[in-house]
Amino acid sequence: MTATAARPSNSRGPRVRAPRGGRLRLPAVWRTPLAIVGAVIALAWVVVAFTAPLWVPYPPDAQMLPRLLPPGTDGAILGTDALGRDLFSRLMSGAGVTIPLSLMLVAASVVIGTVIGASAGYFGKWVDEVLMRITDLFMAFPTVILAMVVAASLGPSLFNAVIAAIVVSWPQYARVTRSLVLGLRGQNYVIAGRLLGHSPLRSLLADIAPNITGPVVVLAALDIGSAILLLSGLSFLGLGAQPPTAEWGSMISSALQNFDAWWIGLFPGLAILTVVMAFNFIGDSLRDALDPSSRTERAASGVVAAPKTEDEALKGTGASA
Amino acid sequence: MTLPRTQKTSRAPGERPAGDPPAGRSRPRRTSPLLGYLLRRLGTSVLLLLGVTIVTFALTNLVPGNPVAAALGEGAASNPETVAAYVKRYGLDQPLPVQYLTYLGNLLQGDLGRSLATGRPVTTDLATAIPATLEIAVLTIIVSLLVATVLGTVAAYRRGMVTDQVVRVVSLVGLSLPTFWLALVSFNFFFLQLRVVPGSGRLTATLTPPPTVTGLFTVDFLLNGDGVGFVDALAHLTLPVFVLSLFTVGLLTRFIRTSVLEVLGSDYVRAARAKGLSPMRIVFDYVLRGASLPILTIVGIAFGALLSGTVLVESVFAWPGLGTYAYNAARNLDLPGIMGVGLVVGFIYLGLNFIVDLLYGLLDPRVRLA
Repeated sequence: MTATAARPSNSRGPRVRAPRGGRLRLPAVWRTPLAIVGAVIALAWVVVAFTAPLWVPYPPDAQMLPRLLPPGTDGAILGTDALGRDLFSRLMSGAGVTIPLSLMLVAASVVIGTVIGASAGYFGKWVDEVLMRITDLFMAFPTVILAMVVAASLGPSLFNAVIAAIVVSWPQYARVTRSLVLGLRGQNYVIAGRLLGHSPLRSLLADIAPNITGPVVVLAALDIGSAILLLSGLSFLGLGAQPPTAEWGSMISSALQNFDAWWIGLFPGLAILTVVMAFNFIGDSLRDALDPSSRTERAASGVVAAPKTEDEALKGTGASA
Repeated sequence: MTLPRTQKTSRAPGERPAGDPPAGRSRPRRTSPLLGYLLRRLGTSVLLLLGVTIVTFALTNLVPGNPVAAALGEGAASNPETVAAYVKRYGLDQPLPVQYLTYLGNLLQGDLGRSLATGRPVTTDLATAIPATLEIAVLTIIVSLLVATVLGTVAAYRRGMVTDQVVRVVSLVGLSLPTFWLALVSFNFFFLQLRVVPGSGRLTATLTPPPTVTGLFTVDFLLNGDGVGFVDALAHLTLPVFVLSLFTVGLLTRFIRTSVLEVLGSDYVRAARAKGLSPMRIVFDYVLRGASLPILTIVGIAFGALLSGTVLVESVFAWPGLGTYAYNAARNLDLPGIMGVGLVVGFIYLGLNFIVDLLYGLLDPRVRLA
């Protein structure tokens, strides 16, 4: 963590040392402790998700061990469940179920949400009215409730749970994208493009899209954690992964039948907690980096040479309270 | 978990007359712009409520296979008379728009169908479940608001320092907790291992519930002057409230920190400091008062997240509220039950956001004049 090189690149002061100006921004984000911790944990889990079948000691569904073994006995590192399945193998395989699906569902929500939001913001008038009222409708429910209702109507399965999660996730992207596009479409350079005869599609993609990716990426990064929680929550309710799939939420739910075997529920929850936390750390650091109002904070946290601002000065007096 | 979803409503654009905002507070005046605003806001809410019913109706009709069999259960569906009566009652032989109107009519009469899991009308089930959940939710909001206000304010004052970083990590971890897992683990630990909290349910089995006034056991016990019952009911509340609070605190702290930061940078706080007011006085009379509006909005949003949370948490504690009901309904694929919960929670959530908007107008004289 070298302090000077991490200066935010958009303050183009004379003290920016490295010549590769534009390329400095991303590394600066990743240089905060929070982002590093998050990135390392997330990366580790993603690796586990894709390689687990190659190295776990037992097949996740194999009922080949004594039942309800406590952790550490007979080669079962984390013990076994009520059916004699190795919990460690199931836990690691579970990463391959939850993480890719969550990433996919966030990606799908981003696409649907931004397309709808951008159309509403760009075309305005009745298109805006109709699309945004529909968006409002989906936001009138608390997330888990709506997802539960949708998943139950479609029938319980992991695929339907993903659909349900997409249904509740896209509106936030639509709303953010719409407000961003509304602000951009009146800009002179966008109007200039239109006057040159650009089609609406080209105008959206070439002139507007580059300016909305930042906020949308931050939102998506923060949403990955929520998606994992939602998906495992639905499985916990029995509306997602069906037995014998090794999925963290349903593993916790099966622990409800065996209160004495504390290990059955403990480890899948820790897995969820660490993955979600990792993605939240990353998302939060990204938001910090892309949100100009929080830049002084990073300055004060010692990563960046601190410019003395009004807020910083205020903080000095306020700290005595 | 999901999170913060804002209720986008036509919040009246403020015409802002000069005046010192946090200190000057006058009685509400019944001006016609206010009335107009209320009516507009009420109109939006009613439209959204209608929309909510359309969503649940559409989803009910999405059921693959035979909706009659799905709603009646295997046994009843084999009896042609029952099926005919059901089809007639819900107008299933009519076109969809007519069916929707029938559905709406039944809804207005409080008919949410009959639960497959319990065999009772969904309305009857929900009537006992709602107060149980509200008791948890209200207490959680109070507890987490207090904790989050302290954490958020301290973090804002110590901006960029170690305390701020610690609070940031704590709230991020709080947001990352799978509440249903935390419920299970804390139940195991605090009840099965340590025995410091009473077990599941709302009351110890030997006690009789208080006469129903509000449906909130703690309040009803107090009204009844029953100290033992009150303590027992409160003890049963601690664990669910603790679990849900951790998540809610994570959600609220960040927003409160931001709101307080904004107020700290304002001229009137600087003026208060310049006058030499005591730091405590500045925090309570100026900073928190100024930050109360955004905080209020966030509390409305947090309440939605909280209702989501209870669905996942209550079943672990066998708390006979909306959450356990939803859990059992989901487990048994009891569609009328699930739809009932969705509808009721949607209504509660919308109603709450409506109230928050009204409070907004009451707390801030500038908003009222919009």
